[in-house]
Amino acid sequence: MSVPTLFGLCAAALVGFGLYGVITDPQPLRKILAFNLIGNGVFLLFGAIARRGAAAGFGGDPVPQGLLITGIVVAFSATALAVALLLRLFQATGSATLAGDQPTKVETGARDA
Amino acid sequence: MTVASALAIVLSLVLLAIAAWTIAARQTFAAVVGFVAYGLLLSIAWVALSAIDVALTEAAIGGGLTGVLLIGAAARLRADEAAVSAERPGAALRWLAALISAAVAGAIAIAVLSLPDPAPTLAQAAAEHLSVTGVGNAVTAVLLAYRALDTLLESIVVVFALIGVWSLAPDRVWGGHPGPLHHADPNGVLAYLARLLPPIGIIVGLYIFWIGAELPGGKFQGATILAAMWLLVMMAGLADAPAISRTWLRILLVAGPLLFIAIGFAGALTAGAVLAYPEGYAKLLIKVIEAALMPTLTLTLALLVAGAPERTARP
Repeated sequence: MSVPTLFGLCAAALVGFGLYGVITDPQPLRKILAFNLIGNGVFLLFGAIARRGAAAGFGGDPVPQGLLITGIVVAFSATALAVALLLRLFQATGSATLAGDQPTKVETGARDA
Repeated sequence: MTVASALAIVLSLVLLAIAAWTIAARQTFAAVVGFVAYGLLLSIAWVALSAIDVALTEAAIGGGLTGVLLIGAAARLRADEAAVSAERPGAALRWLAALISAAVAGAIAIAVLSLPDPAPTLAQAAAEHLSVTGVGNAVTAVLLAYRALDTLLESIVVVFALIGVWSLAPDRVWGGHPGPLHHADPNGVLAYLARLLPPIGIIVGLYIFWIGAELPGGKFQGATILAAMWLLVMMAGLADAPAISRTWLRILLVAGPLLFIAIGFAGALTAGAVLAYPEGYAKLLIKVIEAALMPTLTLTLALLVAGAPERTARP
């Protein structure tokens, strides 16, 4: 089995692990982490496809490789935004739970004075 | 079996083992530390896939910045961890989730095994026009010439993400300093490293930025290293993050994308298309755009990790 195919299958498993984590883990931070596993799986699959497109003296197709760099940076900013939302939820309600839809404590603004 | 595929098998298995650990670990902190190790191993996988530029980005962002971000968050959420993890769904739902996940993974695996042969590729087209752009690194040519629109939108998206993070500030501290104030032992190892590493890191970051035109590297990787150095100094308590209401900060945050847009639209007049470069000026303009994006990206990436403002601005 060729190297790109191996990493392609590895990518498929990563997406599976990540999806399981996103559905079953009750902690939002662990969901964010699991979502990053799904993202890594998608990127790795795309990277394996880029490797298959090696030609013209390049080790891989440079077009998907360029898009991957863009993708990794955007995934990082989305993760940072998700973490900031989570920390704000924790700050405002005193708990980082997603269960129920009523915040247990309302932010008064005096918390971190 | 060749050495390369044996290495790929071992690497895949270790990657999957750590990925499973990050899902299964009881302690969030342990899971996050596993994720950092996983990010670094993933960058080796990128090397095995001959994607050195991606490997550099993955090591710096996937292993580095994301790790710092998640470890910081895990530490702050630790008090609440036991209560929330008790809300674990029942066995039936977990089995169903496992079934769905296995089905999705299986479907992707089937797609991987039935990829067309020979694989479609744009490598030939990328190589043919490389000389027109004047840069030697085809990935940089993709990022700033062939697919410059993606990079332009991305440079705006990261700034938007930062605005989103900042907008989470309580009204009282709007315009203030991001995150908690860090204290570290001034004679400790962290403070020592925060004095020792930045001069080296800044040189490495700028070198990786500059060499990106010809060899693997570029503004994203360089900016991430510079951002990491700045975060190190902030975390050691040697310097505070700037208040987000600072005018110089806001100008630098939009300067890169604005210059990119300006050069892009100037292309409509001088080269006949938006984001096209006039003949002979491609490499110069690519370097100008990259240089303008460097401060924007460095500040944005570091401040995304620093988080929403939590302290009022000091005069």
